[in-house]
Amino acid sequence: MKQGIFTITGHEALTKDVYRMALAGDTSAMSAPGQFVEISLPGFFLRRPISVCDYDASGLVIIYKVVGRGTEAMAAMKEGEKLDVITGLGNGFSPEKGGEKPLLVGGGVGVPPLYHLAKRLVAQGARPEVILGFNKAEEIFYEKEFAALGAGVTVTTVDGSAGVKGFVTAALPDAYSYVYSCGPMPMLRALYAATQGTAGEFSLEERMGCGFGACMGCSIMTKKGSRRVCKDGPVFEKEELAWQI
Amino acid sequence: MADLKVTLSGWELDNPLIPASGTFGYGYEFAELYDINMLGSFSFKGTTREPRFGNPTPRIAETPSGMINAVGMQNPGIDKVISEELPKLARCFHKKVIANIGGFSVEEYAECCAKIDKVEQVGLIELNVSCPNVHNGCMSFGTDPLGVSAVTKAAKAATSKPVYVKLSPNVTDIVPIAAAAAEAGADGISLINTLLGMRIDLRTKKPVIANKMGGFSGSAIFPVALRMVYQVYEAVKLPIIGMGGVTSACDVVEMMLAGATAVEIGSANLVDPWACPHILEELPAVMERYGIESLKDIIGGAH
Repeated sequence: MKQGIFTITGHEALTKDVYRMALAGDTSAMSAPGQFVEISLPGFFLRRPISVCDYDASGLVIIYKVVGRGTEAMAAMKEGEKLDVITGLGNGFSPEKGGEKPLLVGGGVGVPPLYHLAKRLVAQGARPEVILGFNKAEEIFYEKEFAALGAGVTVTTVDGSAGVKGFVTAALPDAYSYVYSCGPMPMLRALYAATQGTAGEFSLEERMGCGFGACMGCSIMTKKGSRRVCKDGPVFEKEELAWQI
Repeated sequence: MADLKVTLSGWELDNPLIPASGTFGYGYEFAELYDINMLGSFSFKGTTREPRFGNPTPRIAETPSGMINAVGMQNPGIDKVISEELPKLARCFHKKVIANIGGFSVEEYAECCAKIDKVEQVGLIELNVSCPNVHNGCMSFGTDPLGVSAVTKAAKAATSKPVYVKLSPNVTDIVPIAAAAAEAGADGISLINTLLGMRIDLRTKKPVIANKMGGFSGSAIFPVALRMVYQVYEAVKLPIIGMGGVTSACDVVEMMLAGATAVEIGSANLVDPWACPHILEELPAVMERYGIESLKDIIGGAH
């Protein structure tokens, strides 16, 4: 992990309350898709943990949803402004485990960390199938971006206003080699039950204090005992998650 | 040359900076970030006789200039701390550490202290009678002079290491509590633990924290902590480890002027993992600015 000053080089609303921010700065501490950053916002005590959507040597892209006063303040920031960011947090996904036809399932703001993963999977010759779940048509983002990578993309909406009507589990393909997912807990639970027998990695979200394993604020219980979402995760092998479904 | 050395019950520290319990784990997360041997010492994660998973999540909420936590004394238990965590720490930290001990009965505190007594690596014991996040333990001892007295006596009988009692600010008057610890034989006082606080999520209209309430810390509480250190210094002739909202070298100096011999740094470590090295780097310049040659000389200087 590394602390650095990043400059906002792009900032746009993707939907009513979901924003995409491009940040230029030192990304040398980042090692895997699915890692996150901790952003310090002027006037707020705790940093904001936000997953990384994409990165290269010159910077990174985050996609975040306005959920409170901190992200509201962030949404008002302009290109050229600077942010204090800690990068390279968490373990991230393992693209090497994906096999030939990995399945990627994202729900809402769980979609972004799957983007760089899909990029890696395509680059290593896999043919990823991506399911993006939203509540309704107005909330959809990044459908075209995933398709542009060469991945197969299916959108689901709970109200049926676009794509397949229902939850992500309504659109599961017949065959897939591995499952990667990030999204709300109820979605992960349902996906866990629906993909029994296939190995995979799920990325969890939890309210964090520090983001680097010091405070025990985000501990969860797994089959291997207590784990910190920020440091031992946020990505866990799905079999490790002790859900009694 | 600025002299940063201070002494706690005969134990000389290179400087007064001590990361506070619960914000520094058992040290090695931070050892990956910087050489933690630059610290005076550190107080390890509050440890109990039995392993504890702690409270359900969410355990964290933000406040203006601070935060609330309700971790609930998550720890692997005293035996594992002695057999696994401390040997692991010994590889990256060559100084003595402060053992923060919590409990749910007088016997439990005594048993943990007896076990820690044999551990060479431990410089002193910080008796945590002030964690607000567990039921029927910790803070219920620390808010009652009789409880503090009983735990302190039992700990003193179980160990020959210096025993510092870490007090809760969630009391009407901190002075009789500190006095009870002193009368029971405490070697020092450590204060303050977190203030009991709460936040409510406007969207769900329910408390943010699963445990409803939690310990409020961060720069917002610094004036309260400073005031209590000042009061205890007046009332009790024991060394004090001062803490609560310390985030800068100026705060460290202020805390020492109020009466602290050493200063713990808590939540600051969570928002700036390099907070302690930054403060240590700032200290000599701040001392020079205010005409301080030796930190020892300013302890209680505001009285």
